[in-house]
Amino acid sequence: MVSSQSNTSPVITVSNLVKQFGRFAALRGVSAEFAGGKLYAILGDNGAGKTTLLRTLAGLNHPTRGEISILGKSDFRDICDQVGYMAHPSLLYDEMSGMENLTYFGRLYGINEQARCREVISSVGLDPDLSRPVGQYSQGMRQRMSLARALLHDPKILLLDEPFSNVDVHSAADMVQLLAKIRDLGKTIFVVTHQAALLEGVADEFVWMETGKIVDRATEFHPPTRSATEARA
Amino acid sequence: MKWTFRIFGIITLCLLIYGTSIASSPVIHVVGFTLNGAPTEQTMGDVQRIFYYHVPSAWTAFILFFINFVASIVYLIRRNPAADIIALTTAEVGVVFCTVVLVTGPIWARPVWGIWWTWDIRLTSTLVLWLIYVAYLMLRRFSSSGQTPVLAAALAVFGALDVPLVYFSIWFFRTQHPQPVMGGGGSIDPRMLHVLLINWLAFSCFAFLVCWSRYRLEKIRREVEELQALEALADSPPAQRAGSGAIGSSSPGRPR
Amino acid sequence: MSAPSGITRATLFKDLRLEWRSKDAINSMLFFSLLVVVVFSFSFDPTAEESRQIAGGLIWVAFLFAAVVALNQTWARELRNQVLDAYRVSPAPANSLFLAKAFGNFIFVMVLEAVMTPLFIAFYKLRSLGPPWQLAVVAALGTWALVVNGTFFAAMSLRTRSREIMLPLLLFPISSPAIIGMVQATTRILNGEGARSWIMLLVTYDLVFTTSCLLLFETVLNAE
Repeated sequence: MVSSQSNTSPVITVSNLVKQFGRFAALRGVSAEFAGGKLYAILGDNGAGKTTLLRTLAGLNHPTRGEISILGKSDFRDICDQVGYMAHPSLLYDEMSGMENLTYFGRLYGINEQARCREVISSVGLDPDLSRPVGQYSQGMRQRMSLARALLHDPKILLLDEPFSNVDVHSAADMVQLLAKIRDLGKTIFVVTHQAALLEGVADEFVWMETGKIVDRATEFHPPTRSATEARA
Repeated sequence: MKWTFRIFGIITLCLLIYGTSIASSPVIHVVGFTLNGAPTEQTMGDVQRIFYYHVPSAWTAFILFFINFVASIVYLIRRNPAADIIALTTAEVGVVFCTVVLVTGPIWARPVWGIWWTWDIRLTSTLVLWLIYVAYLMLRRFSSSGQTPVLAAALAVFGALDVPLVYFSIWFFRTQHPQPVMGGGGSIDPRMLHVLLINWLAFSCFAFLVCWSRYRLEKIRREVEELQALEALADSPPAQRAGSGAIGSSSPGRPR
Repeated sequence: MSAPSGITRATLFKDLRLEWRSKDAINSMLFFSLLVVVVFSFSFDPTAEESRQIAGGLIWVAFLFAAVVALNQTWARELRNQVLDAYRVSPAPANSLFLAKAFGNFIFVMVLEAVMTPLFIAFYKLRSLGPPWQLAVVAALGTWALVVNGTFFAAMSLRTRSREIMLPLLLFPISSPAIIGMVQATTRILNGEGARSWIMLLVTYDLVFTTSCLLLFETVLNAE
């Protein structure tokens, strides 16, 4: 594993982050520091607050309390061109082809050349000349195109929410390899996923969330022991 | 605070009774002495007395909506929760007073002109105002966002900017399509003016009282909600995993 | 970052292209407009002389219905795959998106009006005593008044339950002065009278509310 140019100051700092939707507390005081150049796998059961955390980092949710600092700035608008976001919905227009989608979203980031779009689409393993509208893609293709959209502006930080869900094994493995490559270039990646096994050996840190808090951070992932599985059954 | 409220309430009640009595009759005999009330109007007769409810309600509603506008702007700039509560209460009470105007208007118009409605400028602009602020209240009711106050404040600003345009458009409409004028255009008898102003004072005090109660009620409701939310936050989640040992150690399975 | 006007243009062209490709909304809207005109002509059957007096009102009510149906689908494509999130996360200014959507709606509704007008003229045997170019000016100003607020309120109603009913509920009261203006101006021009004051009212309305929308749209877009 090539070591990236290590940043000594954390790339993302979260202190006492609380997010409540009415009476439901999705985040109950999350405090953490994340160093740059690493791939973080964020794991946890449904309802643990993983998606809420990612969305709050991406500036899509306003925290009820607490502070976030990304690349030293507390206002998301200041660094929005350095963050890429991907969610479970594709965030793409179903009626346009992949190239058309990326050309449009590229404009939002000031990317006016098609070459960059073609390059990114190729890097996720798709054909830039495919004229089929995205709505007709398979799930694997759609997730990859969605990832391409997030990568388009070469962001320093990637926030990916369940990029591998419903994706076939080969596509998922390809995406993981791509993410590892991007991480090796010095980018910081956060992946929320239920499929932790995919990231074994690739992720630098596994962050476990439970009911709105980070309960554990480790460099290795161990699936629950057999006794635990039996106890649940 | 409680005593201030009660004393103010009593004063308001007295003003309301006084205002209504002097509006209802030219001369009132009360316990030995005589009150001089509003004289009977020449052309319309006693029906005109509804004017003393109709006009002060309108003025009170306009003032309340103006306060709503200011509170909304303050909220948009400062995100001050008290401003939001003031905006909510003034809108609610304002709509009530608007309703009074819209109900007393036709009641007045029917016996006098034989019609239920007229494009009188005050009546029509009150109707549009009523519609705008009912829409405002509906937005507050139907909004599923956590940022309802922001949306509502934006709508209130739109509504307030609309008011002069509404007024002007109806005024201009009337000059092209002359209509009966309610409220007696032109000069007004000073005794009538006196009764009008007393009633306006009474209504304003009453509006203030209701807004104050509503404000307190809403403030308490929000405090309760916040406490409940904080409680939910502090609740230890069921079967929380003990300690912060390494994931690698054999530990009970993740709770479902 | 691209210039904001570039983003507005790109968004507008993307919307027009998508609409041209699927022609979903425009076809159903055109047919809806035709139906509205026909239903109106069943309900009101005036002589040529009378029709000049009421046509202004009738036409604008019909346009209003068509506009509301068009406005309700302003953000439909963006909602489908949460595309709005992609926009919010990007450095693109919210106002570029707003203007692109408003212009798109404006073009859309003007097309509908262009289709409905000849039908009205035919069904109501309308003949304008005033210059038709003035009617076009009133149509443009009035349509912009409806569309600019409509696009804004459509975005507001994204955050509410009963989305489709919230839009007209918010739009109609606020548009009252503009509606009075459009109808009066149209009626007067049809009858050969001057409508300058009404046109000034429409211009003022358009300026005031375009400014308000531009100032507050970003707040509304990010209200989650």
